[in-house]
Amino acid sequence: MIEIKDLHKSYKMGSNSLHVLKGLNFNIEEGELVAIMGSSGSGKSTLLNILGMLDELDEGSYTLDGVPIKNLNETKAAEYRNKFLGFIFQSFNLINYKTALENVALPLYYQGVSRKERQEKALKYLEQVGLKEWAGHLPSELSGGQKQRVAIARALAAEPKVLMADEPTGALDSKTSYEVMDLIQKINDDGNTILVVTHEPDIADMCKRIVHLKDGVIVEDKKVDQVRASQYV
Amino acid sequence: MFDIERWQEIFDTIRKNKLRTFLTGISVASGIFILVILLGFGQGMQNGIAKEFEGDAGNLIGVWTQVTTKEYKGLNPGRRIQLRRENYDMLEKLYADKLEYKSPQYRVFNTSVNYGKESGAYMVWGTSPDFQQIENATMSYGRFLNYYDEQHKSKVVVISNKIHRELMNSVENPIGKQLEIDDLSFKIIGVYSDAGGEREEEKIFMPVTTSQVVFNGGDSINMVFFTLKPAETFEQSLADSEKFSAEMKSYLQQAHTVAPDDSSAINTFNTLERVQRFHNLNYGIKMFFWFVGICTIIAGIVGVSNIMLIIVKERTREIGIRKALGAKPWSIIVMILHEAIFVTAVSGFAGLILSMGLLEIVGPNVKVDYILNPSINFSVAITTVFLLILAGAVAGFFPAWRAASIKPIEALRDE
Repeated sequence: MIEIKDLHKSYKMGSNSLHVLKGLNFNIEEGELVAIMGSSGSGKSTLLNILGMLDELDEGSYTLDGVPIKNLNETKAAEYRNKFLGFIFQSFNLINYKTALENVALPLYYQGVSRKERQEKALKYLEQVGLKEWAGHLPSELSGGQKQRVAIARALAAEPKVLMADEPTGALDSKTSYEVMDLIQKINDDGNTILVVTHEPDIADMCKRIVHLKDGVIVEDKKVDQVRASQYV
Repeated sequence: MFDIERWQEIFDTIRKNKLRTFLTGISVASGIFILVILLGFGQGMQNGIAKEFEGDAGNLIGVWTQVTTKEYKGLNPGRRIQLRRENYDMLEKLYADKLEYKSPQYRVFNTSVNYGKESGAYMVWGTSPDFQQIENATMSYGRFLNYYDEQHKSKVVVISNKIHRELMNSVENPIGKQLEIDDLSFKIIGVYSDAGGEREEEKIFMPVTTSQVVFNGGDSINMVFFTLKPAETFEQSLADSEKFSAEMKSYLQQAHTVAPDDSSAINTFNTLERVQRFHNLNYGIKMFFWFVGICTIIAGIVGVSNIMLIIVKERTREIGIRKALGAKPWSIIVMILHEAIFVTAVSGFAGLILSMGLLEIVGPNVKVDYILNPSINFSVAITTVFLLILAGAVAGFFPAWRAASIKPIEALRDE
């Protein structure tokens, strides 16, 4: 599903250049649940941004579902993001004046789906994350865990090839974190490919594979026995 | 434009951001409102001033005389120049094809006028029948002087509404009544009113021939009045009348042996010059109001741009989210502009309708000197609304474009 070859990325800071990613190579197959781990400054967020087409790579190649991702203009990038990717952010990033339902329906609007169909689909995904009754509520009326579940429903609504979660549990307490991870595991069980960026070992252990980044290089890439989050809920 | 999905998205946004929409709307609506009211009152002032100048015929040229100030051909300065009937007849003959209305005038101040027990002091003006048009007098009763009266030196007078009221208030219709002027009896044949108001109604008119006999004037006259046939354009009329004034003055100077550079002996006046000054004044007023109006519009445009900038700033994060979800840059620009244009259009027209309604209701009831029936040209008003909408769109485009070109990763970092 994802192929990364010899990926380099550096940031210019004044006259200095900060080499963040130093030649990464790895593949992610369909249906995997991969945790990208590392301390802050290890380059894990940068990697996710490049994979998410929110940032551009300097060197190397990136192929997503057989499509080479390079030299994209904004319009093309937007199209690919809409078609291939679903994002889950640490700070949820819901639009605060739209209801849960409207937030979930938004990616479908950019896919050109009709209003009626959008609403039906959005409601279906809200139901899947267990928030059907909260469809008409604004984000400000939801708890942190509920907000993240709405964001997950929104990421699912576009039916993307890959879900990308950037510290999805970073703003949540541990109980809510496990609930969210339980949901992510269930979505993965349905066959969705998911990438989780985290620095918490217990969250990483709930994935099927851990890629360990340190100072811009992969120091470890191992399959693990998945810890089911449901046992903590 | 007719993408129903986008309209729904816009209405959603507007419905959920009422305060923001309201503030944008108010600034646009008030800008248009102030502009329309200003221009309306500018027009009102023009109307009012035009009204004040309605008193006399617009293109009137007159001559009066004083004493000479310069020695000329052996004649001493200090001679009093007296116009004669023959001067008037000569001018009338020379310019017959150019003149529209013409009249000599022989006047006597402070004559004592009696009707029954009432008495007063008024001016008596001996004139020709054309003087009605020159004075812009309208008849309330009876008629003005005619050529028969002038030829036969009839003992008839035309009085004003004011004199009618002051001397013979009890008489409903004074036509045919006898008025005593310096102990001589005259028949009243008409009552006039003057568009210039009461201060122009101090005069009693009688045939110029009659007045010369009654007041021992011989063939002397005090002034001559002419109006010229109007030319195609105002500029042409003005040039014609200035030329005529100069020629007439030159003729009279020769006839009375006056030095050509004597600026006092023979004087002419030309109301067309006054009309031009009035035109200039009006033009100045118009320009002033437009200047203020355009400044108001500019302030409105700056206000709209400012709000657009704030809106875009406020929505940066939302734009980042939308882009992460797959919004194309162009769709972001269209979304922001669509909303901006819709809000400015609706509020612009609201301001327009409100202000025009106010002018329509209040305008005709304004009773102030120099302001009459303030109103505004509809096409001017509508043009300014479109101008403001266009300006709002242009002003909104740049922040929208900037917002759309921000990388989503940066927009999402914006707290």
